[in-house]
Amino acid sequence: MGSFLHRHRGATPYLLLAPGILWLAIFFLIPLGFLGYESLQSGLFPDFQFTWEFSNFSDGIRDYHEQIVRSFVYAGIATIACLVLAYPLVYWIAFRAGPWRNLFLLFIVAPFFVTYLVRTLAWLNILADEGPVVGILRDVHILGPDGRLLATTFAVVSGITYNFFPFMALPIYVSLEQIDPRLLEAAKDLYASSIQAFLRVTLPLSAPGIVAGTLLTFIPAAGDFINAALLGTPNQAMIGNVIQAKFLESLDYPGAASLSFVLMGLILVALLVYARIVGSERLTG
Amino acid sequence: MTSVAVRPARSRSGLGTRVWAFVRRHALTVYALLVVGYLMLPIAVVILFSFNKPAGRFNYVWEEFTLDNWANWNAVLGIQDAIITSLEVGLLATVVATALGTLIAMAIVRHHFVGRGATNVLVFLPMSTPEIVLGASLLTLFLNTTAVFQLGFVTIFIAHVMFIVSFVVVTVKARLIGFDRHLEEAAMDLGANELTTFRKVTLPLIAPAMLAAALLGFALSIDDFVITYFNAGGTQTFPIFVWGIARVAVPPQVNVVASAIFLVAIALALGNVFWQYRSAKRTQGAT
Repeated sequence: MGSFLHRHRGATPYLLLAPGILWLAIFFLIPLGFLGYESLQSGLFPDFQFTWEFSNFSDGIRDYHEQIVRSFVYAGIATIACLVLAYPLVYWIAFRAGPWRNLFLLFIVAPFFVTYLVRTLAWLNILADEGPVVGILRDVHILGPDGRLLATTFAVVSGITYNFFPFMALPIYVSLEQIDPRLLEAAKDLYASSIQAFLRVTLPLSAPGIVAGTLLTFIPAAGDFINAALLGTPNQAMIGNVIQAKFLESLDYPGAASLSFVLMGLILVALLVYARIVGSERLTG
Repeated sequence: MTSVAVRPARSRSGLGTRVWAFVRRHALTVYALLVVGYLMLPIAVVILFSFNKPAGRFNYVWEEFTLDNWANWNAVLGIQDAIITSLEVGLLATVVATALGTLIAMAIVRHHFVGRGATNVLVFLPMSTPEIVLGASLLTLFLNTTAVFQLGFVTIFIAHVMFIVSFVVVTVKARLIGFDRHLEEAAMDLGANELTTFRKVTLPLIAPAMLAAALLGFALSIDDFVITYFNAGGTQTFPIFVWGIARVAVPPQVNVVASAIFLVAIALALGNVFWQYRSAKRTQGAT
């Protein structure tokens, strides 16, 4: 075998790639093709016909624009909330935590060690009508006597924020950790105040981490259906809930498939818009 | 009247400025610790409620401390089978995905070939596709090929390998990029053939990265709900079991199992931190 590899040097990378790439081609690319084929079918379960039914897309957008808009709004709010919560924490870990750094990083990933569904269900306990949080908020009259947190938009968005927090925190930490402390000393030597040093040195250098974190948080958040299903009501339903119900409950495969492509297409548009904003800011900065 | 009103106001402002000064000096630390508290809160709740003795069917309100749930963790019908399935799928999928992903990473880092860019994109795409689309598209493949695939253990395994491979590639690639190729050339100069070189030099050097990738893959597999839910048929992994029972009432045994998984993972992670700390100290001592 060694001599075979010697005689066919050019073949080596393809032999290494073949098993993994074939797996991805058969179980990722080809299924996307099947999903596209499914999205243009018409009829009722189980007799679907392929009829180039492009109206599936327009019907889907017309019937579910509310859930579509809601998904992107919720994902956007949750992404911003993650950024606001995560940035000061990882800044503190990177520059102030000293020998405790690794321990605090462990705190960031710890929620991942609790099964997704179970840690979402834990928010049911915390936000429950009989729970301590609602009790306190009612006592200080932030909530009315019948006010509740469960089954509200607040519950769903905070569930999404909590579940995708590490995706925001870790990339920002990595970019902050790579900053050469001598750059900050140089800024101080040049009479920058600590706020100026942060705005002109630290923040721009951590921008790649913010961009990566935003993408890693926003994309899964926009497609999520677990938080809306467990912590919300149909009034908080997101596009993921619609796709899930159509696929597994009402067996409307063409409708579900076309909405999946709508979701992917809109995420792509959001990414392009975001890339433009980030890019133009870089140019002016 | 005025003097009565002024005195408490002055003492309050004195305290106020002191508190304000303290908060200003330690604002970042206070904020960071509050966020850590927020991250830990649901975990604490999960563990706490694994010791609860609920009054009715719902385990939402704290009633009474008990160890019964831990002693009878498998008293709920189906929970034990679900965990065994999760562990089996996790182990099998991790082994296969780690092997496939490591080979892809080696090809991408060590070789220049036609289609390298496309390979990178193909590896990146599954990670940037929403899980629901991954699960739904795979389900349409299986529904259209029922002669070959019946939904169940095998389709869950296929799905898990598919989404873990990309994470393995990324993890192992990062390690291979910093790899000193002179070590392999030295082995070849000393007469080792390619296979011996791989076995004696390359593999031991990338083994830590493969282990890290495997642990990540196993964690992803055992935690996955969305993709599994679409492709499980009637087979239940632990997350699928939780989803099913959440529609009725979640028994404290679910908290027990989740707490146990959490404690094992934390123990492994702390062990890793400690091990890195010790090996860092040892290399410091050697120089």
